[in-house]
Amino acid sequence: MIVLRALLSRLVMTAITLFGVAVIVFVTIRVVPGNPIAMMLPPGATPEDVANLTALYGLDKTIAEQFLIWGQGVLAGDFGTSITTRQPVLDLVLGRLPATLELSIMALVMAMLIGGVAALTGTRLRGTRTEGGIDIANGMALSVPDFLWGLILILLFGVLAPIFHISGRITPSLDLPFVTNFYLFESLLRLRFDLWADIVSHMFLPALALAIPLSAIIGQLLKQSLKETMHLDYITLARTKGYGENHIILREALRNAILPTLTLVGVQFTFLIGGTVIIERLFSYEGLGNMAIDAVINRDLPLIQGIVILFAVIFTGVNLIVDLTYALLNPRLRHA
Amino acid sequence: MSFLEIRNLTATLSNGMPILRDVSLSVAAAEVRGLVGESGAGKSMIGKAILGILPRSVRITRGEIRLDGTDLLALPPAERRRRIGQSCALIPQDPLTALNPSRRVGPQITDRLVDILGWTRSNAEARARDLLAEVQIPEPERVMRSYPHELSGGMRQRILIASAFAAEPKLIVADEPTTALDVTVQKQILKLIAGMQARHGTALLFVTHDLGVVSKVCQRLSVLYAGMVVEDTDVRGFFSAPDHPYSRALLAATPVYTDPEASLTPVPEAVITAVRAEVAAADRRAGRG
Repeated sequence: MIVLRALLSRLVMTAITLFGVAVIVFVTIRVVPGNPIAMMLPPGATPEDVANLTALYGLDKTIAEQFLIWGQGVLAGDFGTSITTRQPVLDLVLGRLPATLELSIMALVMAMLIGGVAALTGTRLRGTRTEGGIDIANGMALSVPDFLWGLILILLFGVLAPIFHISGRITPSLDLPFVTNFYLFESLLRLRFDLWADIVSHMFLPALALAIPLSAIIGQLLKQSLKETMHLDYITLARTKGYGENHIILREALRNAILPTLTLVGVQFTFLIGGTVIIERLFSYEGLGNMAIDAVINRDLPLIQGIVILFAVIFTGVNLIVDLTYALLNPRLRHA
Repeated sequence: MSFLEIRNLTATLSNGMPILRDVSLSVAAAEVRGLVGESGAGKSMIGKAILGILPRSVRITRGEIRLDGTDLLALPPAERRRRIGQSCALIPQDPLTALNPSRRVGPQITDRLVDILGWTRSNAEARARDLLAEVQIPEPERVMRSYPHELSGGMRQRILIASAFAAEPKLIVADEPTTALDVTVQKQILKLIAGMQARHGTALLFVTHDLGVVSKVCQRLSVLYAGMVVEDTDVRGFFSAPDHPYSRALLAATPVYTDPEASLTPVPEAVITAVRAEVAAADRRAGRG
C-alpha cells in the first residue's frame, strides 16, 4: 500500500518533470537563431516558397499554439515527422535507442567492474603502496574527461595497436539477421558469437572511454566507505569468529558500504548517458547521441524534441531504478 | 594449568607510547576474572590482544598469550585466527553496533559454526534456536529471520550473548557488556551472563569499570592502572581488604546508589602520584626511561 502510494507520487513527479523539459526544449529551439526552412530550400527560392513550407510545418503559428498541437500529438503517441528524413520521429528515435542503451549499460558494467575491483583491492591492501597506486590511477582517470579518453583510446588501440574497431557499431559488410536493434543482446540470443565479437570490438573503446571517469568515482567512494566500515563493531566481532580479511570485506562490509556508492552511480549514470552524445560522435557510433547532433545541425525541430524527451524519460527511469535497488539492499528502508 | 595465561604482555602505540606494561594474568577453566581500571587503563586492550583485534596502531612488543598452553603470538596469523575463532568469543560493549545491519540475525549466530567449525546448516540452526531460548528470547524462529534494526537493544545483547556461547568456547571476553544498556536491563543481562557462564563452564574475562558488577560476577580480579596490573587478587579479599593503595582509593570512590545526596569521592591526588611513580619505576626497570 505504502509502496504503491510512493510509486504513484513518483509517477506524478515524473510527469511534471517531463512536461517541464518539453516546454523548455520546445521554446528554446524556436527562440535560438537558425531556421530549418531556410536550410531545406534550394538557393533562389521565392518568399512564397518559404511561406508555404513554413505553413506546412506549422511554424507560422505562435509557439504556444505549436506546443498545443505537438502536445496533443505526443499524448496520442505521435511525436511528429522529422523535417530532414520525413520519417516519424518516434520510429527514428526508438530505432536508435537500443544502440545507446547497449553502449551506456556496457559502460556502466565496465565502470562498476573496474571501480569495484579497485576499491576492493585498495581496501584489502590498505596502507600499502598498492593502495597509493590505486589512488593515483583514480585521480588520473578522474581528471581527464570522457571524450579525451576516447581520443587517447583511439590513438592507442585504434591507431598504434589496432586491436579494436574505432568506427561504427558493426562491420557493415556482415550479413545481419537482426529483427531488433539490440544487436549485442540479439546476437547472443541467436548464438551468433562471431557477430557478437564484432559488435563488442566496436563498442569496447567508446564504452571504456565513458567508463573510465565513472570507474574512478566508484572506486574512490566505495573504497572510502569500505575503509570506514572496516572499523565498525560488527566487523571486529566477525574477526573474532575466525574469519579472514577477504571474507570480512566481501561478506560483512561490502553490502553496507555499497549503499552510498549506489546512490552516486545513479546520478553519475545519467551523466554517462549525457556523455554518449560526444562519444558516439567521436566513434561514429549510430546511437541517439549522434542522431541528436545531426538533428541540431539540421535544425530538425521535431526530432530534437523527440530525442530530448526520450533522454528525460531515461534519466527519470534510471533514478527510479536506483531508488528501488537501494530499498532492496537496505533492509531498514524496506518498510519506509 | 589455567586455560588463558598472559605473561609479561607489553604493547605500545606506533609512536612508542606504552599502553600495556608487563601485564601478566591468568584465567582458569570456568573461572570469572574481572579486569577493572579507569578508562584508558588498558583493560579493553588486553581483551583485544587476546582476540587478535588490536587496532593497527598498537604493536605487541613482548610477552606471551597462551591459550591452552599454546602461545598465540607465536602462531602464523591464519592459524591464530582459526584457533581464536574455535575456542574464544567476544561479548561486545554496544549491542546496537555489533550486529551487521544488512544480515539477518540467524546467520550471524550460525556463521561461525558452519564456516569455521564445519557444522551442517541445520545443526547450527537448531543450536541457535536452543541458545536463543536459553537467553529467554521469545519466538526464536521469528527473531532469527529478523534484521537487527527490528529488535530492541536488550534483545540484541541477548542475541550477542547467545552467539558468543554458540561454539561452546573455552574463554569468553566480555568487554563492558552492560555499559551501553539501560540500567533496568543491565541487571538482567548481568544475571544472564553469569548464569550462562556457570551452566556452560566457560572461562570469562569480564572487562568493566564497575566494581559493583565485579562483586556480583567475578571470582578473581585484576586492577589496572596505566596499562600495569597493580593488584591481582580474589574478589572476596579485594572487597574486604584491598592490598594496593590505588585499589583502596578506587573502592572508596565507588558511588553508593542508596544515597543519591552523597557526593562522589575522587581518587586522592596523593594516591595518583604514588601509582604514577610506580609506573615510572617499572618503566625504568624495563629500560624505557
